[in-house]
Amino acid sequence: MNDKIEKNISSQIGEEDTWLDKGKTLVRQNKIAAFSALVILLILLAAIFAPLVAPYDHLEQSLADRLKDPSAAHWLGTDELGRDVLSRIIFGARISLTIGLVPTLISMAIGTVLGLCAGFYGGKTDFIIMRLADVMLAFPSLLLAMVVMYTMGGGLVNIFIALSLVNWAGTARIVRSQTLSLKEKEFVEAARSMGVGKWTIMFRHILPNCLPSLIVLFTLNIPAAILSEASLSFLGIGAQPPSPSWGLMAVRGKKYLFSEPWLSIAPSAAIMVVVLAFNFLGDGLRDILDPYLKEQ
Amino acid sequence: MCTQTLVLDIRNLKSHFFTAKGEVPAVDGVSIQVPAGKIIGLVGESGCGKSMTAMSIMGLLRYPGKIVDGTITLDGRDITHLRPKELAKIRGNEISMIFQEPMTSLNPVYPVGRQVQEAILLHQKIPKEEAKKRVLEIFRAVGIPEPEKRYHSYPHQLSGGLRQRVMIGMAMVCRPKVMVADEPTTALDVTIEAQILRLMKQLCDEQGTSIILITHNLGVVAEICDYVYVMYAGKVMEQAETFSLFEQACHPYTQGLLQSIPKLDEKVEWLHTIKGVVPNLLHLPKGCSFCTRCSQAGRRCFEEQPGLYETIQGHGVRCFQYESGVRLDGE
Amino acid sequence: MENKNPKKILLEARNLVKEFPIGKSKGRLQAVHAVTDVSLSLYEGETLALVGESGCGKSTLGRLLIRLLEPTSGQILFDGEDITSLDEAAFSCYRKQMQIIFQDPYASLNPRMSVKKIIGEPLSTHGMKNKKEREARVKALMKEVGIAEEFYNRYPHQFSGGQRQRIGIARAIALNPKLIICDEPVSALDVSIQSQVLNLLKGLQMRYGLTYLFISHDLSVVKFIADRVCVMFLGNICEVGDTEELYQHPLHPYTRFLLNAIPKADPRLRSQDKELLAGELPSPVHPPSGCRFHTRCPYAKGLCRQKVPESRQIGGRQVFCHFPLEG
Repeated sequence: MNDKIEKNISSQIGEEDTWLDKGKTLVRQNKIAAFSALVILLILLAAIFAPLVAPYDHLEQSLADRLKDPSAAHWLGTDELGRDVLSRIIFGARISLTIGLVPTLISMAIGTVLGLCAGFYGGKTDFIIMRLADVMLAFPSLLLAMVVMYTMGGGLVNIFIALSLVNWAGTARIVRSQTLSLKEKEFVEAARSMGVGKWTIMFRHILPNCLPSLIVLFTLNIPAAILSEASLSFLGIGAQPPSPSWGLMAVRGKKYLFSEPWLSIAPSAAIMVVVLAFNFLGDGLRDILDPYLKEQ
Repeated sequence: MCTQTLVLDIRNLKSHFFTAKGEVPAVDGVSIQVPAGKIIGLVGESGCGKSMTAMSIMGLLRYPGKIVDGTITLDGRDITHLRPKELAKIRGNEISMIFQEPMTSLNPVYPVGRQVQEAILLHQKIPKEEAKKRVLEIFRAVGIPEPEKRYHSYPHQLSGGLRQRVMIGMAMVCRPKVMVADEPTTALDVTIEAQILRLMKQLCDEQGTSIILITHNLGVVAEICDYVYVMYAGKVMEQAETFSLFEQACHPYTQGLLQSIPKLDEKVEWLHTIKGVVPNLLHLPKGCSFCTRCSQAGRRCFEEQPGLYETIQGHGVRCFQYESGVRLDGE
Repeated sequence: MENKNPKKILLEARNLVKEFPIGKSKGRLQAVHAVTDVSLSLYEGETLALVGESGCGKSTLGRLLIRLLEPTSGQILFDGEDITSLDEAAFSCYRKQMQIIFQDPYASLNPRMSVKKIIGEPLSTHGMKNKKEREARVKALMKEVGIAEEFYNRYPHQFSGGQRQRIGIARAIALNPKLIICDEPVSALDVSIQSQVLNLLKGLQMRYGLTYLFISHDLSVVKFIADRVCVMFLGNICEVGDTEELYQHPLHPYTRFLLNAIPKADPRLRSQDKELLAGELPSPVHPPSGCRFHTRCPYAKGLCRQKVPESRQIGGRQVFCHFPLEG
């Protein structure tokens, strides 16, 4: 009832909430999500302007300064080659965020198109695509990514490809279920009654209405991709040295876990902060953008 | 009205809605008196604040909606700001509510009989067997065929009309003093609607329960209500006994509404219309909230807000044309 | 309305059947019998109302007629041409001539398209590629339905229900159709807005000679707008006839109960002692044998349970009842 009244009132005051209003609601209702958005923004800026922000060059070795404890000169100490850990983490943010964004975008684009087709055409198309998705989801994605990485070799570009191929299934499922309900909507029926083509209906009428869910899903998929990259790098089949990947840094610091714990703790903490921030933001966005996802 | 005992007395109720764009006065100074055993109609178009009034009465309003002023007195007791625990005791027992779509207010995973039985056990300490007997009695009273069989039915196995009967039965189990019915027949077909309306009238007569009937349908009001409040943009525009209202509607808005309905017994070329649209509640006119659509509005209507003036006994109108009457809402 | 000379039939349905399969039960295929053996003619320039309660198949029938749904069997003729089994390409030129207005003004407009795109879509789909030309046409249409031109770039959520319904109407008349299916176009609107939209529809019909199939459950609205009325019950037609006559002397018992049940906006006409229709709608999966109304009909006799009533002509009206009421 309260929901109905709220909808009624917002339709009566003429306008639905704009993006600015939604932002305000987020700040008011979910302080953690708003704070997370701020953290992500800061990390993003730090990554973009890494050469300006970082105190040292992340590749500059100085054997004289090996394994220094945290100090005023090196806030997070130095690693076994004398490189400044803080600078490496700041530069590493570039890798993590790229890994978070690019493969997620690619995999979601694949998933969206497949999900749209499955939901819209139904029948055999639906059956084939969704069984494929089921197989993908049933298979541990990290294992699959590892298989891809082993056959193609390590390196960032290959991580992109591996993660893009692995993660489309979840998106496909959600887009399909939304398409199923949207295609019964009267505005789609109206388009059909005018003789609008199928592809136009899919991409002009259905897809834009999936956008809120896709945005939420995007913020929730990013941390998963970041974690996958960290795991792959940790296992030695992801980023290769001297890349400042956080996963790689954590594994390299493992040797010194008891003598110089900051070497592995700092990158792990960085991973945790980014992942948590994206998850909190995703949850917050879900609450205000997409009540439908919340129920699932 | 004053001579009868009031079971529910709402005075100057103000419930506002706090949105990102500002504070919306969805219910703006509404006073409603409900005498015992009467059916009170609350009629108006969408967004006029009638549902919000109902939720305020039931204490069900949640943020961003909030009661900001006024009192709600149930049987001599102020229930405006009761704590949830005390409210729960009253709700379902002394005051109950039925909704437009009964499916959403029934739990889909329990048989309907058990749900009604639980409603009884919640408020009365009687053995389970006796409660079941009461349920069957109630089912019979609200006209559910084969009550023993229906006792074990799940909500989705019942038609819309039967579900609404179950809801009414559930609302009536504890013989509440007041029942708030929010568009109880809007989702039903006309033949079923007629059955349900007759049932409500019958329960009101036999059990002495007062009903606040919220509706947009003036036909429904004419059918069973004793007294009517016409709401517009959060305010009561006109209040009168049903016959008086339909015979002599005074407010231009009520007149317009009555004329806009297509009639069964006359053939007209064009329908009467009220020009324009409902005003934005965030930017209400400075004067009378109906002034922008009123065909009789003068300059003063745009400047000042009219009070509620009495024309004849028990008939109040919020319009300057009737200023000579006694003012019913105190300033 | 008093046109006595035989009018041209624009649309004709012959023995239309639509069943929606709902899976198997006890090894037998089950189906919802939404529309059963319906034959109907629509004359050019008239308004034919389809009335009945929910589940009577009126919306399904409306969608079958413009092929938004494919019939299980039967024929549809438009302007004398059989359009039942034309493929999408061949049907395209008929699409332009038949449009639909929906019930829910909130669901029928794509929330992510601006008014100019919504009203412009049928134009661009059917070959008006020139942007300037299209813009002029869209603005003319907006003016026609009473939406100010400056709202050209707005989105649906910035309009009230009534205004949205006007946008839906503009979209429907954009291609100058001959026939418009109005599927409960005013039932989601407030009383004061409802009358505005009804007047608009009537005005457009006069100006462009449109033919309406007006689907509604509200008999008062139908009384105002329709020339002829077709009453449906559970997938079958009960009665078809001129509005005035049908309202004054219903021949089918169901029509009379329907008219009786409407709450009239006059407390002096309270129906406390009037006869009400008892019972609920029978299941469309297992419809009753014989006349489908017999389970609720107080006048039902043995024949009604056994034999499906055939069409009868009584004084220019068509009624499907073994024992029609006295005229």
